[in-house]
Amino acid sequence: MREQLNRPIDDAGMSLPSAPSLESGVGSLLALSSNACAGGAGETAPASCGGAGETAPVPCGGAGASAAASRGAAGVRAARKAKRAFPVLVGLGVALVVVVLASFALGRYGMGVLDVLKVASNQLLGTAFAVDSAHVTVVVQVRFPRIVAALAIGAALAAAGASYQGLFKNPMCSPDLLGASAGAGFGASFALLMGANMFVVQVAAFVCGIVAVALTYFVSKAVSRGESMTLCLVLTGMVVGALFQAFITMTKYVADPDDKLPSITYWLMGGLSSANLDDLPLLLVPVVIGLVPMLLFRYQLNALSFGDEEARALGVNTRFVRALFIACATLVTAASVAAAGMIGWVGLVIPHLARMVVGPNHRVLLPASLLLGGLYLLIIDDLCRCLFAIELPLSVLTAVIGAPFFIYLLTRGRSTWT
Amino acid sequence: MKTFELKNVTCGYKHTPILENLSFSVTEGEALCLLGPNGVGKTTLFRSMLGFLKPLAGTIAFDGQDIAAWPARTLARKIGYVPQSHTPPFAYPVIDVVTMGRLSRISPVASPSAHDLEVAYASLDRLGAGHLADKLYTQISGGERQMVLIARALAQEPEMLVMDEPTASLDYGNQVKVLRQISRLARDGMAIVMTTHFPDHAFLCATKVGLITRDWVRFGSPDEVVTERTLGETYGVDVRIVEKKTCDCGTLKGCIPIVEFVAGRTAA
Repeated sequence: MREQLNRPIDDAGMSLPSAPSLESGVGSLLALSSNACAGGAGETAPASCGGAGETAPVPCGGAGASAAASRGAAGVRAARKAKRAFPVLVGLGVALVVVVLASFALGRYGMGVLDVLKVASNQLLGTAFAVDSAHVTVVVQVRFPRIVAALAIGAALAAAGASYQGLFKNPMCSPDLLGASAGAGFGASFALLMGANMFVVQVAAFVCGIVAVALTYFVSKAVSRGESMTLCLVLTGMVVGALFQAFITMTKYVADPDDKLPSITYWLMGGLSSANLDDLPLLLVPVVIGLVPMLLFRYQLNALSFGDEEARALGVNTRFVRALFIACATLVTAASVAAAGMIGWVGLVIPHLARMVVGPNHRVLLPASLLLGGLYLLIIDDLCRCLFAIELPLSVLTAVIGAPFFIYLLTRGRSTWT
Repeated sequence: MKTFELKNVTCGYKHTPILENLSFSVTEGEALCLLGPNGVGKTTLFRSMLGFLKPLAGTIAFDGQDIAAWPARTLARKIGYVPQSHTPPFAYPVIDVVTMGRLSRISPVASPSAHDLEVAYASLDRLGAGHLADKLYTQISGGERQMVLIARALAQEPEMLVMDEPTASLDYGNQVKVLRQISRLARDGMAIVMTTHFPDHAFLCATKVGLITRDWVRFGSPDEVVTERTLGETYGVDVRIVEKKTCDCGTLKGCIPIVEFVAGRTAA
């Protein structure tokens, strides 16, 4: 060590190679191989506190050779990195298929996975296996819409949560940040108060959710006057959310306590028991319309998580990307709340879990959140309908399971976001 | 010769101009060092140069074209911005942070390709920071983070770098390393504009200096602009500039402030 410390460094450019630190694993091996050309291979540089960058310039003489070596190393590293996320997404996809099949089979009316497959094959491939007609009804009319709804809502809320967390540079954001849930909740409550049918209730919830976020967006746009909008949006979102919560309370207060109030309260608790084939497009169309642009533009979110000005300096049209993500997240959140009531926690917990598994890069994080969210809500919904004789409200279980799970994530994975 | 030029620029916010009638230019291979006390508008000037803020008067042009009309994407291909290092909320691996420099080169609906990743690795290697690639950006030291941000700007393949106090809150060794990289980049043909609070840095790596005070602004070579008198006027402190001629490094120049009680001489 002493010998190295005393080693003279001449100014002409002869210098220390980058110090490979012990913990950087494969990276250090590769760094070492590229340093071999610099003529200092294998020597650990002095006093590198965590490899604190003995970042001396590449010696002029060996620049060509070391550049060639590092290009080779770069290729290897690039390939390794690209491969890492792929198995995770495939694994999630496989898990999803398994859970979907199990969800078809499980329930008060139990049936074998084989029966489910037979029905599915008859319906989709036109085969003619002998199946019980009750099985067909349960699979097609009851469980199919419910499972699809659970998947769509879970995916939608998780994707919206992940987008907001990236957009607002804050891992504590959830899809109801800008008032979408509260707005939709009020829309539904008011429609129920007026005695509307379920279709109208869903439409009212959807529209009010979007109106609430539009209110937040335009108020904060006016207030921020071209300066950074992020903080303004969050604060205005809180205000609008609180406002619509007050409207919900008022609706409940004036509702008939024997008839309307229970139906409002029950609706707000959330659940998928009313999911049916006819109403499914009302959920699926906005969710798909919202999710596709989010997935397309997902890499841009990375830059926004570094802040507005940095993202702009990197060449991102921040105003457009932010507006796009807010619009899409609102669309899917409002559609979800309209279909299944106020479901908390999914949009907060799932992105965290996904970040622990695949890291914070939205390129992979968003698809992973999507799959995990669908998987999670499907499992929760299965528990809701199978755990007890009576069906549990969805929002209760997402909170009961989500809250401790979140605490666990905080103790385990702080390094992924702090 | 690609030239970045400010002509009679007044920058500031609505109704409150902060810097008025400013003109200077930077061409490739030049490093312009902006000096000035806190609050004279260096940050405002930077924000104008990066297109965040439209100048209230005058034009900012790159290679003869007014940048005010450019979208962020075009600007990012020409000008790389190195902000003061800070910690983002998410623990991106260093290589992901550097790869974000490719955003202006890829379609808004695409993710970086293998080629983009290669450029990112090459940018890190160019700064001798290749070993950081797989570490977490949140867990490396301040000096390393500064290198990563410079690498990210290099991955933009810009013709000019704009650096906001690249040596702020770095230890002495890391400051020197960053300055060494800056002067090397300038020698490789990059145009550089940086701010600093140390007049010494102007002698170390700048080819041009802009001294901004509340009353006047002066641009010129370091030897012309950074003098005992101008520094005294700018910062309101008594400064001596010392020179030492050495055989192999040329002339070394530095600024030393006169402090009333110089350590070791208090007894006398």
